Amino acid sequence: MKFADFICFESIHTGITARSKEGVIREMAQSLLDVGKLPNGELDGIIKAIMKREELGSTGIGRGVAVPHTKHPSVGKLVGTVAISPVGLDFESLDGEKVQLFFLLVSPPDRPGDHLRALENISRQLRDDGFCAALKQAKTPADVRTLLEQADLQPHH
Amino acid sequence: MDHAEREKRLPAEQLSDRGMKAIMPPPDAVRTVVVTNPQGLHARPADLLAKLAQQYVARIEIIRGSERNDAKSIFSVLTLGAEEGTELQFEAFGPDAVAALDAIAELFAGNFGEE
Repeated sequence: MKFADFICFESIHTGITARSKEGVIREMAQSLLDVGKLPNGELDGIIKAIMKREELGSTGIGRGVAVPHTKHPSVGKLVGTVAISPVGLDFESLDGEKVQLFFLLVSPPDRPGDHLRALENISRQLRDDGFCAALKQAKTPADVRTLLEQADLQPHH
Repeated sequence: MDHAEREKRLPAEQLSDRGMKAIMPPPDAVRTVVVTNPQGLHARPADLLAKLAQQYVARIEIIRGSERNDAKSIFSVLTLGAEEGTELQFEAFGPDAVAALDAIAELFAGNFGEE
């Protein structure tokens, strides 16, 4: 699976100002809602579900990256977006590091395979130090989009 | 990319190349497990697996097809994208290799505490 298959380029956010876990999740979910990728009226339910998943264990997987996610019956296909917090924030990551780079995923409950393939793609690409650093330093959504599209052309960094 | 990271991504066929073979000792323990969790090896099980593997001194590698991944790195475990029914081979190298793979096999057998 490629980034273009699940990342909504129109909702990429490079200036996250939230200082809390729920704040950043809310900003990201709102940006998906704003472009019509999440149904109206489901925002709070989706945020609540993502926060509940975080309680089971942080999705801060290290390297300054987090992948907050949930299954939700209101989506027909996997949707995701990317956000960057230039200063980073405490996300209770597995390695204790602050998180600057977020991939938020919402998937239909009956498609666990798609969710796995999205996680596979994210982790495989971000194992590349150069790519990971470049994404964190991206200043505009257009920069992020270009980096993701370039990565899609070289699926095995 | 540092040396350790590069090693994690070395494909199995490269490791078994002539020459490499001479310096690659055989594993101290080998185990094959099947992912029985309907959700596959998603983020939470991957986290539990990496944390368990980190408790052992042994180097623990997961082999799937031509890829070899470090079981102690959640990034590496997630790149497996292992769905329900996927067969994974574990190889451990070190003094506590057998204990490590026993514990890992138990984690898989118990479905990572999930339904």
